[in-house]
Amino acid sequence: MPTFVYMTRCDGCGQCVDICPSDIMHIDKTLRRAYNIEPNMCWECYSCVKACPHHAIDVRGYADFAPLGHSVRVHRDEEKGTIAWRIKFRNGKKDFDLLAPITTKPWGTAIPKLANESAPDDSMRNSHLLYNEPKYIQLDKDGKDSLHTLKSNKLSMKAGVYY
Amino acid sequence: MITNNPFAELSATIPEFAMQAYVVAMFLLVIGGTVLDMIHKKSAQYFFENAKKAEKDAKRTVSGGEKVSMAISTLTSEVLTSSEFQNTRRRISHLFTMYGFIIFVASTAWLIFGYASVDAATPSWLAAAWHLGAASLCFGGYWFWFSIRVDVSAEGVKWYDLRLADLFILSCLMMATFALLWSATMGGGTLNMLFFAAFIIASTTLFSTVMWSKFAHMFFKPAAAYQKRVTKADESREGLPADYDLTDPAVQAKYPDIPEYMGTNPPNMGAGIRRERANHY
Repeated sequence: MPTFVYMTRCDGCGQCVDICPSDIMHIDKTLRRAYNIEPNMCWECYSCVKACPHHAIDVRGYADFAPLGHSVRVHRDEEKGTIAWRIKFRNGKKDFDLLAPITTKPWGTAIPKLANESAPDDSMRNSHLLYNEPKYIQLDKDGKDSLHTLKSNKLSMKAGVYY
Repeated sequence: MITNNPFAELSATIPEFAMQAYVVAMFLLVIGGTVLDMIHKKSAQYFFENAKKAEKDAKRTVSGGEKVSMAISTLTSEVLTSSEFQNTRRRISHLFTMYGFIIFVASTAWLIFGYASVDAATPSWLAAAWHLGAASLCFGGYWFWFSIRVDVSAEGVKWYDLRLADLFILSCLMMATFALLWSATMGGGTLNMLFFAAFIIASTTLFSTVMWSKFAHMFFKPAAAYQKRVTKADESREGLPADYDLTDPAVQAKYPDIPEYMGTNPPNMGAGIRRERANHY
């Protein structure tokens, strides 16, 4: 589902160029508006769609699973700290509205002070847990045993490819 | 110096009638160029088709009073203060350029049609407006050209790398720059005539290339801004999600993640990615 730009809405502010992780959003040399220079390299990460202040970027779903005529629009509201989606199907019978929080604290007020943390010891280095896990993923509320692992869930890996 | 009317002094060399005919010719070129531009780019057709599409998706009818109020707020917000620009520097630069251009062009026409004779008593404020308009246009325009222009700020293109897209801003800048130089060197012989010729070439280029430049944006941008307000008012919102009030109990009941993670009265979270300029390359 590569992105495309509505030229009439774009004002060439460069936010999408700045945020694109694939560096494929560029500014057209003649029209001074953004465009996707290489649609088949697009991850469909929606970063540019969410970052665009004018909602000038949309996503075109591939016809094999998203029939033409559908619409997936998103509004990332930084001041409210939410993201809202609206998904319309071509037949007009389905029209989903979704809303979710993207931050619980004002932006820039909860940046971890990593420089003040002590250096990891050997046991931390050899552990499969990442920094501040399990505390940060809130799975240690009931002690170490509450961690969900294959073993704790009495599961095991099977050899080969399976679904 | 800035209270001198350069057209009064020019009238000793070029007859008043020729100057007035030039202004009329430029005006007609702008009208013709805008019409050709609209036919070529089909911008008017796109605009009306888009408006019709939005009307089909409308959830409520917008009253005549609301439309008048939206037209007034479009005028005071998007047209007069260029509020559509998210980039503050670009907005300020655009305001300097826009008002400089309007004042410069209006005062040029006024000076030529009212005071373009050697014995004319030109009001000093009018001649000053002509110079200050050109200076404002130069300030906003050069600021844009050297640092804000997106090719330069986002694409790493050098300021001297010229393209067809630069026709509008460059001819606009050359017109104001050479107008000021021409006025400053008044009575300076060949150099003065050289600046005058450059001023005329630049202004003729600006007004005769409307079809290939973005000159016509001043006509359709207000219409597009008004249409955007209408789509918000009739709740068609161009397919975008609704603008939710997070403190509304109905919204909180429909989306329980909001009160659970953000509380029932979430604070204003401020600016996120827009706290920094978009230049992280």
